[in-house]
Amino acid sequence: MTRFIRALVIAAVTAAPMLAAGAQDTTYRGITLVGNYDPLRDKLGIVVLPVSGPFGDSVRTIIRRDLDYGDRFTPIDFDASDPSVLRAAGGTGLNYPMFARLNAAAVVEITTVPTGLHVALHDVAKGQVLNVSEFAMPSSALSRDWRMAVHHVSDEIERWVTGQRGIASTRIAYVRGTGSAAAMRIVDSDGANEITVPTEECGVSPAWNPSGTMLAYATCGLNSRLFVIDLATGRSRVIMSPTRNTSYSTPAFMPDGNTIVFARITDSGTDLYSVDAGGGAARRLTLGRGVENSLPAPSPNGLRIVYVGNALGRPELYIMNADGTNVEVLTNYEDSEKNYRSDPDWSPDGRSIAYTERLNGRFQIRTINPTGSAPKYRTSEGENEQPSWAPDGRHIVFTSTRTGVRQLWVMDIESGRTRQLTKSSGSRLGAWSPRLGGP
Amino acid sequence: MMINTRRAAEFSGALLFTVLVLDACHKKPEPSPEPVVRSGTTTTTTVSGPNADSIRRAEEEAARLRAEELNRRRVDSINAAEAARRAAENARLALTTTVHFDYDQSDLRPEDRAILDAKVPVLQANPGVMIRVQGHTDERGSDEYNLALGQRRASAVKRYLIDHGIAESRIETVTYGEERPVAQGSDETAYAQNRRAEFEITAGGQAIRQP
Repeated sequence: MTRFIRALVIAAVTAAPMLAAGAQDTTYRGITLVGNYDPLRDKLGIVVLPVSGPFGDSVRTIIRRDLDYGDRFTPIDFDASDPSVLRAAGGTGLNYPMFARLNAAAVVEITTVPTGLHVALHDVAKGQVLNVSEFAMPSSALSRDWRMAVHHVSDEIERWVTGQRGIASTRIAYVRGTGSAAAMRIVDSDGANEITVPTEECGVSPAWNPSGTMLAYATCGLNSRLFVIDLATGRSRVIMSPTRNTSYSTPAFMPDGNTIVFARITDSGTDLYSVDAGGGAARRLTLGRGVENSLPAPSPNGLRIVYVGNALGRPELYIMNADGTNVEVLTNYEDSEKNYRSDPDWSPDGRSIAYTERLNGRFQIRTINPTGSAPKYRTSEGENEQPSWAPDGRHIVFTSTRTGVRQLWVMDIESGRTRQLTKSSGSRLGAWSPRLGGP
Repeated sequence: MMINTRRAAEFSGALLFTVLVLDACHKKPEPSPEPVVRSGTTTTTTVSGPNADSIRRAEEEAARLRAEELNRRRVDSINAAEAARRAAENARLALTTTVHFDYDQSDLRPEDRAILDAKVPVLQANPGVMIRVQGHTDERGSDEYNLALGQRRASAVKRYLIDHGIAESRIETVTYGEERPVAQGSDETAYAQNRRAEFEITAGGQAIRQP
């Protein structure tokens, strides 16, 4: 491209919002968009204005980062040292033409008020306020609850614009270390506020209940058991008691929250069972006759379960009805005895299953439709395993060795953009929470 | 446990008795040419006359032999105890020697079958001994699926021992998957050491007899 043509293109792009404003307006959920906007490919430019008040900088930083991590917006930064440029000359309204020139589709204006935060969302193309709301804030600024309340603001802003709540107000449970040194942790989706969950020794495989108030987990080794821990009280309740020659593993709540499916590992093979979330007698779902069936993950409507089985002599993914009937092989492509497919997780929108597959001796993450079509590689750098979907059905948390040690990472499946979530080596078995509390 | 302790006490009592009887027998053929004067509980032999020197020499020689014999018996019993300890140690070692596996496999390799074969007679000679087989994997593969693989390894070992006549009730199995590596590192040397089944003696380990 010659310099001349490039200059013309830049001029055209810069001028486009102004030129098209009257001619080709469209509305994407909330915000007015200009031109041919593709919500999967394009991100909306958004400005978060400086926030007044003693913790205004923290509020602005958190919300700006949340909108960035949500991968639906491009936060636009500019020099706001002179507040007069923000306002239209002679008026109280925002200087919309200036924000349009910055390629911002939306502007977030937050004011600290006695009860919390007053939030206004501006539609730049229309030149008017799109939405206004007040959010109550906990008095303990910068506390864990306070940060979560700020994340709720971010998620509401995302909903106002795109029609879908963001995933900032979520957390990720995971395990750091192995064996008796294993510690279960919970971290906010932006990597902040990490806490330890007081599990029994060697607590692994955390799984959230649908309301995000409890985790089911298994303990490994001798006297293996299944527990449910109430995150408000920190108290663990036994769901499956120790049984000789038996280990319990990989619990998962069914979407109704009343049932837990899990794997029971014995001398005569590993099979899937279900049990009431309050405990009781377990019901057998698979009859492996000596093979291994493990790692169950229910579909969002609770009708089907994807799991790992090795009836074919190697680990492949299977799908069955929730009662154990109607078993089908999901990963029947590239049929080879060298296959190793594991760690399935069903996306919350039901449209995709993420899992790991061995490729050239290393494990990588793939996604596949529940019908078994369109398997796609999502990673290539280092070893990548144990994907867990965010509630938006667009992001996953997974383990990666790309920096040399095993850490949790987050990926936007649509764009492939990744970020490192944890900063402590040996992090694994990440489980993304549902949306937590809030409006 | 209580029965074993009582048996051990009876055994050491019998040993003491045998030593005393042997000592008594040994004293009998001693020459006693002169009258013995008893004074209180002490026995004194009065020696005089032309044979006094040779008699004293003979007595000294007899005392020396007696001391040598006692020492020999003491050393013998120490050696026997040491041998028994070593035998028990060997038997214990045979019971607890680890077996290893190929990648993603639970089949027993010939060299590992030999290790298990050595455990069978020890288990048969010690019916009170109970064991626990721990199945382990290397770090590759699914963390959670490896729990099932570790169990498959422990169960394969257990099945082999049962097939060789050991009662199922004496063998407990547990899986640790990749949770308890014995070798750190991410290379084949470490992996090969970590793909294993370990053995713990959970009962009857105090007095293991060699078959």
